[in-house]
Amino acid sequence: MRNYKNVIAAYSIMIFLIILVGIFQSWSIALTILNYCLISAVMTIGANIQWGYAGLINFGIMGYTALGGLAVVLVSVEPVKKAWQVGGLNILACIWIIIAIIFVVKFILNRFDKSKLRNYSVAFVILGGIILLRVTAAPGIEAIESVDPAKTGFLGGMGLPVLFSWIFGALLAGGLAFVIGKIALGLRADYLAIATLLIAEIIVSIIKHEEWLARGVKNVIGLKRPAPYEIDLQTSEWFINLVTKFNSSKLNLINSISDKQEALNQMVIDASSVYVKLCFTGLFLTVVIILLIVTQKALYSPWGRKMRAIRDNEEAASAMGKNIVKEHLLIFILGSAIVGLAGAMMVTNDGLFTPGSYRPMRYTFVIWVMVIVGGTGNNFGAILGGFVVWFLWVEAAPIALFLINLFTSHLPETNAVRVHLIESAPYFRFLVIGIGLLLIMRYRPQGIIPEKIIKQ
Amino acid sequence: MDFLNAIIVLFNFTVIPALAYGSQLALGAIFVTLIYAVLRFANFATGDMMSFGTMFAVILTYYFQSLGFGLGVLPTALLTIPFAILMMILYMLMIDKFVFSYYRVKKSPPVQFAMVSVGVMFVTQALIRIIIGPSDRRFLDGEKFIIKATEFKEMTGLAEGITLKSTQAITIIVTLIVVSIMFWFLNRTKTGTSMRAYSDNEDLALLSGIDPKRVVLITWVIAGILATIGGVLYGLDKSYRPFVYFNNMLPIFAAAIVGGIGNPFGAFLGGYVIAFAEIFVTYAYKRFISYLLPEHLEPDSLLQLLSTDYKFAVSFSILVIVLLIRPSGIFKGKVI
Repeated sequence: MRNYKNVIAAYSIMIFLIILVGIFQSWSIALTILNYCLISAVMTIGANIQWGYAGLINFGIMGYTALGGLAVVLVSVEPVKKAWQVGGLNILACIWIIIAIIFVVKFILNRFDKSKLRNYSVAFVILGGIILLRVTAAPGIEAIESVDPAKTGFLGGMGLPVLFSWIFGALLAGGLAFVIGKIALGLRADYLAIATLLIAEIIVSIIKHEEWLARGVKNVIGLKRPAPYEIDLQTSEWFINLVTKFNSSKLNLINSISDKQEALNQMVIDASSVYVKLCFTGLFLTVVIILLIVTQKALYSPWGRKMRAIRDNEEAASAMGKNIVKEHLLIFILGSAIVGLAGAMMVTNDGLFTPGSYRPMRYTFVIWVMVIVGGTGNNFGAILGGFVVWFLWVEAAPIALFLINLFTSHLPETNAVRVHLIESAPYFRFLVIGIGLLLIMRYRPQGIIPEKIIKQ
Repeated sequence: MDFLNAIIVLFNFTVIPALAYGSQLALGAIFVTLIYAVLRFANFATGDMMSFGTMFAVILTYYFQSLGFGLGVLPTALLTIPFAILMMILYMLMIDKFVFSYYRVKKSPPVQFAMVSVGVMFVTQALIRIIIGPSDRRFLDGEKFIIKATEFKEMTGLAEGITLKSTQAITIIVTLIVVSIMFWFLNRTKTGTSMRAYSDNEDLALLSGIDPKRVVLITWVIAGILATIGGVLYGLDKSYRPFVYFNNMLPIFAAAIVGGIGNPFGAFLGGYVIAFAEIFVTYAYKRFISYLLPEHLEPDSLLQLLSTDYKFAVSFSILVIVLLIRPSGIFKGKVI
């Protein structure tokens, strides 16, 4: 128990902070922050598996997150039948063409020896394939995008319950990681970072601009939810009764019946949003706990030891007969799949898919700061990092605003410096995160909760 | 005549913009490559450092304009560049002293350096947004065009015109001057040689009495000059917006790696390779072809390989291909 003292202390402080937000701002905001903390925690578990366990640097987190979000659209949205009728065949044909290209390239690579002729023929096949793809797809895409463009204009999804999309998102991200891993894992660490960053950018730009797929920058709104809707709750009797029961002492203080009814209505509206967020919290917490148990077991299993050995000394591990390339690929896929799951969770939580919002700052670098600040190689640390950094990211602006007001209170309201500072309060979050990262890197490079290796 | 028209269309819409954009990328790429060669890390704060230098130029331009200073037909920003460079170098040296030098003394692995530079990126971005805000700013003044399309048409009697913006001409000329001075410095002066020696083999350089502190200092000075000029030229040509500068880091990285990271000349050419590839792949060739082909053969489609939305994706794909086939870059940089 003694060993876990700092872990327990750190988490209690974190929960205390969130409760403070609940008291001072509102419970709804506190729960929003908590939900995002949990989602961030899932992302950091994924990044930590790659960086902490195996030492792989993956700056492509944004791409997997976006892919997870795409999965939600592809799984949960009702299919647009008309779009399938007008353009579905073209799209299906394109999928077959892509598969054919891959097989032909594979065949050429396997069958012939390395030579200039082989390179040229591979290039020719790929280039010809792309032209063929464009010719096949163009009329289909045009037809699909013109089907009721204000509302749909895309193929839609499978119309399944939204929770399936979490699994599908993980699979999709894992599949992509397989391809990228095959291509890029041989690179040296900083090149891998740049390559993954750029590949993620490509993925996001495809999602942004292929409108037949998920409406691109036009966004998909009103996605399904695994939790009840506020409006249903507000009209259901059991919920109103529940709220009345909880607040009976407050309500009893109000004398007039109309005031009482009004107060009750307000309480029901507030409570319904809190209730929905609590449902999400429950779901996310389940995911985090399951992942934590699994990753913790994996970390202290022979497999985890093998990964650490590879991380710390590749040559030695390779001399012991471990297949480094295979293990790296496996862990790259696993980590990315978890990030994809987090991406799907996030879009489910928001209820909308906005490809334009995927930016490397927010979805790659902030996640990396979380892992480094929390503690690389330690799952508790990574999750804590997710909590701390997300909390700072959200609360930095209000705190900065408070401090600015405090320090400039002797200046008049119209003072230019004061007005300028108040306007730029939201950007203090970058400052806080950046300075936090630099301080941690300098004075506590292992993170808040450092890696702990249990000797068996 | 048709043939001439076709050439001019191509020249006007691809070659000129690509040369200007390529010059801007080239300056950034040399900056990345220098830091990589001498200080040995991938600087993720590249885009924001360029933005930081440009910010001073923008603020000073506004100040000079309010005072009534100017260069007449040339943009005022050119006048502010020396001051902006000075501020930029001061900022870089400060960052180096408080952040990077600690890890250099400790001989940390490059990955750690890269993570630290991410921290610097956050701080720089915050400072920029707090000082000048995230909005879009134009700070170009003076004459906008050197040759206008209509004037060109009247002059030559052709159906197509060439437009040469003054910013494009300034960009290309300034880049050529800066880069030639830099190469002269690196190859011909004693300090430049010592820098290259330090980059090639640190231990041997130390053994032969090269002062590492001086090398690092000069590297940051050159980096500051390149970053500021590159940033200001880009801002003049398009507009100044912090977020865009952050995004520009990605094609700049691509240019540096394609050219062979650690090799300044490679980075210089890499900038143009990326710019030309981006523009040639996303240009719609319809008008060009329609001049060359007889009338009844005119194409219906735009004849565009990829839509302009995928501009960045093109450069990244080139980078990925280069990394796979020839990781040391086209012009042989550091062996990885």
